[in-house]
Amino acid sequence: MVSSTAYLVLAAMLFSIGAVGLLVRRNPLVMFMCVELMLNSVNLTFITFGNELSDIGGQVSVFFVLVVAAAEVVIGLAIIVAIMRRRPEASADDLSVLRG
Amino acid sequence: MEAVVFVICAALALFGAGGVVLARNPVHSALFLVMTLFAIAVLFLNLDAQFLAAVQVIVYAGAIVVLFLFVIMLLGVDQAEDLAVEPIAGQRPIAMVLGAAVLGLGIAFVAFSTNGSVTGQPAATAERLDSITADSQMVSTELPDNQVDGTEVVPNIDQLGRVIFTDYVYAFEITALLLTIAVVGAVVLARRPGGEVQPIPATRQLVLADDSDDDAAGLDAANDTDGAADAASAEPSGGADA
Repeated sequence: MVSSTAYLVLAAMLFSIGAVGLLVRRNPLVMFMCVELMLNSVNLTFITFGNELSDIGGQVSVFFVLVVAAAEVVIGLAIIVAIMRRRPEASADDLSVLRG
Repeated sequence: MEAVVFVICAALALFGAGGVVLARNPVHSALFLVMTLFAIAVLFLNLDAQFLAAVQVIVYAGAIVVLFLFVIMLLGVDQAEDLAVEPIAGQRPIAMVLGAAVLGLGIAFVAFSTNGSVTGQPAATAERLDSITADSQMVSTELPDNQVDGTEVVPNIDQLGRVIFTDYVYAFEITALLLTIAVVGAVVLARRPGGEVQPIPATRQLVLADDSDDDAAGLDAANDTDGAADAASAEPSGGADA
């Protein structure tokens, strides 16, 4: 039986790696993947606490987080497609203006 | 057994996460992300969340990462990024410090929480479970120890479905609305402005790349493309007239 502490520490490490990647990388697509990584670590925390407390609410939260993440990815990738179609080698530094 | 699965999957998840950050090619990043997502799905199974493990594999690894790969390959941005260049001076050390701070905060929270457990306040938890039992929602308290009683085991997906469609039904409906808005927004954003037959001219990229000093040239180029489009649209009508 693995204690919940191990899961929570793993989730904290995944979250930190995602945060560092979001701050360091310049490619908007890779930054998006790092956001997904952070979302997943939070999902792991939710499910760990739900399991620890014998409460199904943690899994319900993860369900809604999954749906919102899917919607977020769809919109974000559409914006990235709209921007990169104009400027194919745009990095995050060039995108300070929201004009396509 | 659970510990072995945990150690293997935790190592895989951390390796994949490091790969997402460190891979130079965005396609490799996406594939490392798939690895991390699969490892987390196995950890979900370890934590008795079978339905969400399946959804994790289907939605994340099956849909979202494939969407990422589609975008990467459609846009042709899969050239390797040079990670040796640091565009903003001192950005990486600051990012490392911030990441270490977040990690330290999380681990400190886990380590120094009250009475050695990380579950918050036990009294509040017990009260909450009692109130839930008193309500119509009986399922949540019966989650782990049904098998001890020998009574019927409520499957994970049954509990989840019952709670979602009773207590969280408004949130569920709003979720449906959110997905509809997301689909409409994606269609609007990905639509090419100004007609469907217009290809992306090279002049247009130039206009957008350096817009401040070549405004006159950019306008000329835009007028040229408009003229070409006008000619193209005028030609069939002329043919019809003839």
